[in-house]
Amino acid sequence: MSNIGNYEERYKSFDWSEAAGELDYQPGGVLNIGWSCSDRICEMGNGDKTALIWEGLGGAEKKFTYHDIRRASNTIGAFLRGLGIQSEDRVCLFMDKVPELYLGVLGILKIGAIAQPLFSAFGDESLFVRLDNAQTRAVITQKKHAPKVRKILDKLPHLQYLIIVDHDGKAPLKDREVVFSLEKAAPVETLEIHPTLAESPSLLHYTSGTTGLPKGVKHVHYSLLAQFMTAKWVLDIRDDDIYWCTADPGWVTGTSYGIIGPWSLGVTQCVMDSGFSAEAWYKFIEKHRISNWYSAPTAIRSLMKAGEEVIKKHDLSSLRTLASVGEPLNPEAVVWSERVFGKAFLDTYFQTETGSIMITNYPGMKIKPGSMGKPFPGTTAVVLDPKTYEPYPEAGKIGLIALKPGWPSMMRTYWNNEETYLKKFKNGWYMTGDRASIDKEGYFWFVGRDDDIINTGGHLVSPFEVESALIEHPAVAESAVVSKPDPINMEVVKAFVTLKAGFTASADLDLEIMNFIRKKLSPLAMPQEIEFTDALPKTRSGKIMRRILKAKEWGEEIGDTSTLEND
Amino acid sequence: MADEMKDIVLKYVTAEYLEDGADPIGFDTPLISGGIVDSFSMVSLKRFLENKYKISIPDDQATPEAFDSVDKIADLVRAFTKA
Repeated sequence: MSNIGNYEERYKSFDWSEAAGELDYQPGGVLNIGWSCSDRICEMGNGDKTALIWEGLGGAEKKFTYHDIRRASNTIGAFLRGLGIQSEDRVCLFMDKVPELYLGVLGILKIGAIAQPLFSAFGDESLFVRLDNAQTRAVITQKKHAPKVRKILDKLPHLQYLIIVDHDGKAPLKDREVVFSLEKAAPVETLEIHPTLAESPSLLHYTSGTTGLPKGVKHVHYSLLAQFMTAKWVLDIRDDDIYWCTADPGWVTGTSYGIIGPWSLGVTQCVMDSGFSAEAWYKFIEKHRISNWYSAPTAIRSLMKAGEEVIKKHDLSSLRTLASVGEPLNPEAVVWSERVFGKAFLDTYFQTETGSIMITNYPGMKIKPGSMGKPFPGTTAVVLDPKTYEPYPEAGKIGLIALKPGWPSMMRTYWNNEETYLKKFKNGWYMTGDRASIDKEGYFWFVGRDDDIINTGGHLVSPFEVESALIEHPAVAESAVVSKPDPINMEVVKAFVTLKAGFTASADLDLEIMNFIRKKLSPLAMPQEIEFTDALPKTRSGKIMRRILKAKEWGEEIGDTSTLEND
Repeated sequence: MADEMKDIVLKYVTAEYLEDGADPIGFDTPLISGGIVDSFSMVSLKRFLENKYKISIPDDQATPEAFDSVDKIADLVRAFTKA
């Protein structure tokens, strides 16, 4: 029997006060995610239970009990307080998946500051716009990533501290740099927890927008109720489970379900801080007897590509619940996992803005491969007519996925951008920007984005951001960025580029531009293909018509071209 | 020739994908499974090899396993330069 039991009954009867009760949260009282994920578990008598098993490169392994993560997060929180970091200050974590990242999030939350995790592969430009927008006061990083921060330090007057967690003393510290070593710091047994309330800010995650700069999604401590409940009912986490979330905490899945969900449930979780290899992943599952595995379609399709021989070499019988997030999981992957693991991957759907799983498949519920599943209890999800913004009364119509505001982990605003935040609501609904239909049995079926945002390997990339970076290359005159289909990543970035006079298209220039974007923005944003062209399709008013280029890439109808400049 | 190729690839990977101040890598250092080169960046590494050695590596042979170290990359490139 799964944790959720009968979905239909749960959906009818559930109220978020049930989650509050399980977490002993009294409305109006103190609510702190950092404390709830560590001290609370210790107070329940589980302090000696393993909280984290971490594996790094070359087989390095570290283990932490709940007492350990309580003390370590106290120690980090006390260190930050000692620097003068105050409640609601933004503290960025710019690190690989090292233990300090996970423990740092808890430490920051315990002192009431706002944790701002950023993907460690971001280039200096991506990093700058996010730190600048958030007016971040401190960045915690590793020595290998510090040079990217140093490069932009002069442009960030609000950034007071660059905290390096693995400084080896070989190079002298520079302006604003300080060292923190979790291993050498005196452990702090007791820390005064900042009395955060339900609506106190907790996390700031950045997500790409169709136009303009990335948006800082502000979450609050009340999100805990939703992350706790969804981890329990969707990921089916139980006391004796061993859980593995493959996501990086630089993205929302990595914090909601790589930190908050599992640790608020007091489970043992594993983290693997190295690159992808099918052999290494299966070995990791076998070695740690992982029972609950939360991953992404890109990884699943890569595992499918690696074949079944490698699976046969490992005992994967510990697996009980498999789930996937980031982009729609293709039906073939669901059928494949059922055949090779004896369990179907449960496709789950949520966004940085929603903070927790919204529409999903559940353990024990009939799975329709390729379907998103059904709304989580306590949430109302509909498909709206794009003309009227009213829910379609009949099944099967393709429209806009919308959610009724009010679930605990809903974003509270976009940082310094309330205007864009308010535009996310129409007719009383939160608009996800995704399109779907609902069948007669209430299952949602994903159709696609309602904008130009590219979902590559489960990560959103803004064409605008890539185009803006491209024209900073000395050879590029104009650019247009669209998605193109990809068998592993669903979509990848493709750039159409016109060159300035004096530059000639060549294979070397193609590579140079690719690397330029990779370093400036991130590997995700790097065009996987660049097409040099003499001109880009434009409207008569001069606006580049991305949709024409995209339609060609996807083999779709080009549609109305009446406004095309050279038609 | 083989060692020269490995030196060139090692130098390129170090310059392009390693963060400043990161520990140096060797011919057998795991690149993909070691997290030094991610799957997205593999495309630019493939493009470099194709440009440099005037070869075309089919996508189905440009696997994470085949790109997992400078040694393996050199084997792959040799297979195509001989062909």
